[in-house]
Amino acid sequence: MAVLVYIESENYKFKKSSYEALCYGKALADNIGEAVCGVVINCSDTESLNPYGADKVININSPDLSDFSSKKYAHALIEVMKSENSKIVILSSSPNSKYLGAYLSGITDSSFISNVVDLPESNKPFTLKRTCFTNKAFSLTELKSETKIISITSNSFGIVENPNNPKIETINIKCIDSNQKILNIEKETGSVTIADADIVVSAGRGLKGPENWTMIESLADTLGAATACSKPVSDMGWRPHSEHVGQTGKPVSSNLYIAIGISGAIQHLAGINSSKVKVVINNDPEAPFFKAADYGVIGDAFEIVPALIEKLKAR
Amino acid sequence: MNILVCISNVPDTTSKINFIENDSNFDANGVQFVINPNDEFGLTKAVWLKDSNQANVTALTVGDSSVEATLRKCLAIGADKAIRIDCPAHDAYSVAKEIEAHCKETSYDLIICGRESIDYNGGLVPGLLAGLLDFNFVTNCVSLEIEGSKATFSREISGGTEISECELPLVIGSQKGLVEESDLIIPNMRGIMMARQKTLDVIPAQGINPKTHDKKFSKPTAKSEVKLVKADELDKLIDLLENEAKVL
Ligand SMILES: Cc1cc2nc3c(=O)[nH]c(=O)nc-3n(C[C@H](O)[C@H](O)[C@H](O)COP(=O)(O)OP(=O)(O)OC[C@H]3O[C@@H](n4cnc5c(N)ncnc54)[C@H](O)[C@@H]3O)c2cc1C
Ligand SMILES: Nc1ncnc2c1ncn2[C@@H]1O[C@H](COP(=O)(O)O)[C@@H](O)[C@H]1O
Repeated sequence: MAVLVYIESENYKFKKSSYEALCYGKALADNIGEAVCGVVINCSDTESLNPYGADKVININSPDLSDFSSKKYAHALIEVMKSENSKIVILSSSPNSKYLGAYLSGITDSSFISNVVDLPESNKPFTLKRTCFTNKAFSLTELKSETKIISITSNSFGIVENPNNPKIETINIKCIDSNQKILNIEKETGSVTIADADIVVSAGRGLKGPENWTMIESLADTLGAATACSKPVSDMGWRPHSEHVGQTGKPVSSNLYIAIGISGAIQHLAGINSSKVKVVINNDPEAPFFKAADYGVIGDAFEIVPALIEKLKAR
Repeated sequence: MNILVCISNVPDTTSKINFIENDSNFDANGVQFVINPNDEFGLTKAVWLKDSNQANVTALTVGDSSVEATLRKCLAIGADKAIRIDCPAHDAYSVAKEIEAHCKETSYDLIICGRESIDYNGGLVPGLLAGLLDFNFVTNCVSLEIEGSKATFSREISGGTEISECELPLVIGSQKGLVEESDLIIPNMRGIMMARQKTLDVIPAQGINPKTHDKKFSKPTAKSEVKLVKADELDKLIDLLENEAKVL
């Protein structure tokens, strides 16, 4: 028996969120006295996984899986679940991993739990803590079926090093057919995405207009951060929809969230609450965001942001 | 073409979240329930497909009689009929299994769910349902065109969009972008009057056992007070982020 961890890659590089999933898988496996096995698809650079404790890494090498497909990937994972006799599968919460996990639980008739923030509170019954009500609450949830699929919130467990020299096994799997095919992928190049970012710089209506985002982008560049915005900003077309964060937008669980000219409405805070450290820059000391933040600067964003960029660059 | 729109009935986004019965249950007292925002985009899209693709739109919720007001709203927005599967929504698995059973009796070409609900927000039902029914599946869906039996759609991926096509049947997880927020259909008087004439069927549940159980809820612990830094002392902010919070 082994705990399986799906290790997502993009352009032959593993995603950071998957390293965290592997660390989590290792800790969970230690808890229940099982081995931990990483599953990678078409990615041979397995050495970078050594610090994170896998006992074994299975590389599914199959040209049929060169494009992501929740259906094909799920069926490929089932083959490994069978061969490793695995009852627990861990995934990150990246868009593709969550997509895959949901489908996988449908075809394996298993319990799937997402937004998990901690190791099991007990193994028998198997209970896990997860966020619900868009981060306004936690639930302690019992998983009743034998097979369990677990997706963890990024930055909730962290990277815990456990160097190991995993056994590498490359396998080929006969893929199932699917009439679903990718026609095109449009990607913005160079920018850090909200889902993968350690730091997110976010701005709201306090910025007055889209032309003032140059300084937000410059601050994000300086920090290697992703940019985000409040809902009205994307509704007005100042920024793309993909940057809208909050209860009805993207969730953010970065290490650092910097909110500039954002009032801190309940719907905004709900989506960003699981970020570790929150900084607010706002000229209204009464803005609700000050109640939710760890650090705050009261003042004009148009003065503070350029000054902050300068000081960060001088570091 | 037959379209099923799965509707989750959720607390309004401004709701204060509280728990009762020793923190084992959500306190619905005084809470206003609404159509899950992600489902609302999907429902509007379905109503558009009525015109462009001669589709028939059914809105469905798994829940007790308290969800009927939300289903009536779906009828007023433009769904042709509504169905309530009569049992509490225990967990994503039991909800998906109940919907699966209905889909085996009535066949649908397209099933529209929301990307996730804003209450238990697992983002689980659409994928589970697609897996159970062996349908094609796309979530975080931001565009969808249907021609004959072929669907062309895109989904949001990290840092971009991916455009794909497939044969129907298909399950989608909808979100903002599938239609714009300004295009959401708001029920008017005529729609509300017409909704009264439409059928809302209540069908018995299969009685599926859930696979997960929320045993106890809790709320995040109160935060310590914000540390304020003066606007002309930004070095201090950098120092705090670097050495105290250790996030730089
Ligand atoms: C159903 C529903 C769902 C919603 N979902 C979301 C969601 O997912 N995400 C979301 O963000 N919102 C959401 N909202 C909207 C939310 O209620 C707020 O309206 C929104 O978050 C406000 O955006 P804002 O903070 O950018 O703008 P405002 O509330 O206008 O705040 C602007 C802030 O900027 C400050 N400011 C002004 N000038 C300066 C300056 N020069 N320097 C510094 N600060 C300045 C002001 O003091 C103010 O605090 C939702 C609302 C509804 C009804
Ligand atoms: N009780 C329910 N009845 C019908 N559809 C539901 C129900 N719960 C969830 N759904 C659908 O599944 C989607 C995702 O929900 P969830 O898995 O709870 O995040 C929702 O947006 C709805 O479309």
